[in-house]
Amino acid sequence: MTTTTQLREPPEVSGADGQGGHLEELRHDPIGLMRRVREECGDVGEFRLAGRRVVLLSGAEANEQFFRATEEELNQAEAYPFMTPIFGKGVIFDAPPERRQEMLHNQALKDKHMRLHAEKIATEVDAMVAAWTGEGEIDLLDFFAELTIYTSSACLIGKKFRDQLDRRFAELYHDLERGTDAIAYVDAYAPIESFRRRDAARAALVELVQGIMNARGSGPPATDEDRDLLDVLMSVNVEGNPRFTADEITGIFISMMFAGHHTTSGTAAWTLIELLKHPDELARVVAELDELYADGREVSYQALREMPLLESAIKEALRLHPPLILLLRVAKQPMDVEGFHIEEGKLVATSPAISNRIAEDFPQPDEFTPSRYLDPRREDLENPWTYIPFGAGKHRCVGASFATMQLKAIFSVILRGWKFELSQPPDTYRNDHSKMVVQLEQPCRARYTVRS
Amino acid sequence: MKIVVDYDLCQGHAVCQSEAPAVFAVEDKGQVRLLDERPPDGLRAQVEMAVKYCPTHALKIMEG
Repeated sequence: MTTTTQLREPPEVSGADGQGGHLEELRHDPIGLMRRVREECGDVGEFRLAGRRVVLLSGAEANEQFFRATEEELNQAEAYPFMTPIFGKGVIFDAPPERRQEMLHNQALKDKHMRLHAEKIATEVDAMVAAWTGEGEIDLLDFFAELTIYTSSACLIGKKFRDQLDRRFAELYHDLERGTDAIAYVDAYAPIESFRRRDAARAALVELVQGIMNARGSGPPATDEDRDLLDVLMSVNVEGNPRFTADEITGIFISMMFAGHHTTSGTAAWTLIELLKHPDELARVVAELDELYADGREVSYQALREMPLLESAIKEALRLHPPLILLLRVAKQPMDVEGFHIEEGKLVATSPAISNRIAEDFPQPDEFTPSRYLDPRREDLENPWTYIPFGAGKHRCVGASFATMQLKAIFSVILRGWKFELSQPPDTYRNDHSKMVVQLEQPCRARYTVRS
Repeated sequence: MKIVVDYDLCQGHAVCQSEAPAVFAVEDKGQVRLLDERPPDGLRAQVEMAVKYCPTHALKIMEG
């Protein structure tokens, strides 16, 4: 029997509005838009960002094809135009897997370094809560965003650099993250307020790093014990001249910290919010921590491995509130997905926010149910192409285990020392989706009291 | 037991090397290399830890 397969073009979702297509909807309700793509079109559907067509894939089969594609088929670097003004020209953003592999080794994410990071993270959390008195209130976004600036700079750049940072660095960094409006798909330098603030913040960060470099340049040379990545980069010379300017070094630091910052910060906040909304789950997690640390041991790499309940709560917060909601590539050659033809040059995407809630894979998908990751359900391992808060396959987030360890260390400190409660009605905690970098919408406050 | 590696997934984190150095080696800039594809049963506990904690779930044990 012979069959002629007629490849079809992916169908376009409803709701296109004039020349912009779905750009305005993406800027206001991206999850609503992407959910409608799956409802109306199935695993392969299309929306439009002004002149660019985006093919949105979902479900295990299409996602597997997305994640297994080579760089020659689906290219990452060209898919994120909103990152170039943040990192600066010439700083490789979303590098090919081979380069990421290299970054993994350069960025101290290998196992032998991870063992040292555990204690550094706990030290930073201790320092943040040292100022807390018997009770008080925090804004979850401000608190975790500042904390994760310190933890990531301490672990990835070095303690000496971290100790030269304060709240100002976190605030400037926040302006960079806010400068990721999807309008960048039309013009990454459009004259809008968030882009102006982005560019001003980057310039201020360069100035801050330049100040630190000037002070080091005139001070005593770094010793072996306190040498950090800034010392290393400053010491690279080409024909007697420094290889890197302050602008370039700032770009390198921004890019190193970017992937792990708003993601970890947001996940810390959402894990806490979900646990506070589910007191039974919270009680189990706190009991797990109390028992684990009952022998007086320190927060360490080994201790952080042994907390299945906290780990499941983090996994569930990540499934419901993935920090990246849209993963993008550019098709460098034509491809076929489930009988649909994707033309070269189109953007191809998959969405953790959509795939993580497919009911066939994750029963009662909108419920917070950490036990779905325990034996025998193990829904994360059973669904490697739809449980994708960290992506999947060769592009899977290289910092995933660092992030998980960091989150466990944060909760090891704050949940043992403090009790929390939500300051606002539970349904007022939500994400702000007006930028490509998703952050909690403020206010997002919580109260703490010391545990007796 | 026999160890199987999915090289599409391995990113060279080297957790396996920390857990079972007689079985796994990871060069500074590379993926895992099996030093012993069929390790003796005495190493089973170590190998199981390596499989369990592999950050990319790239390792499997096949029986037989």
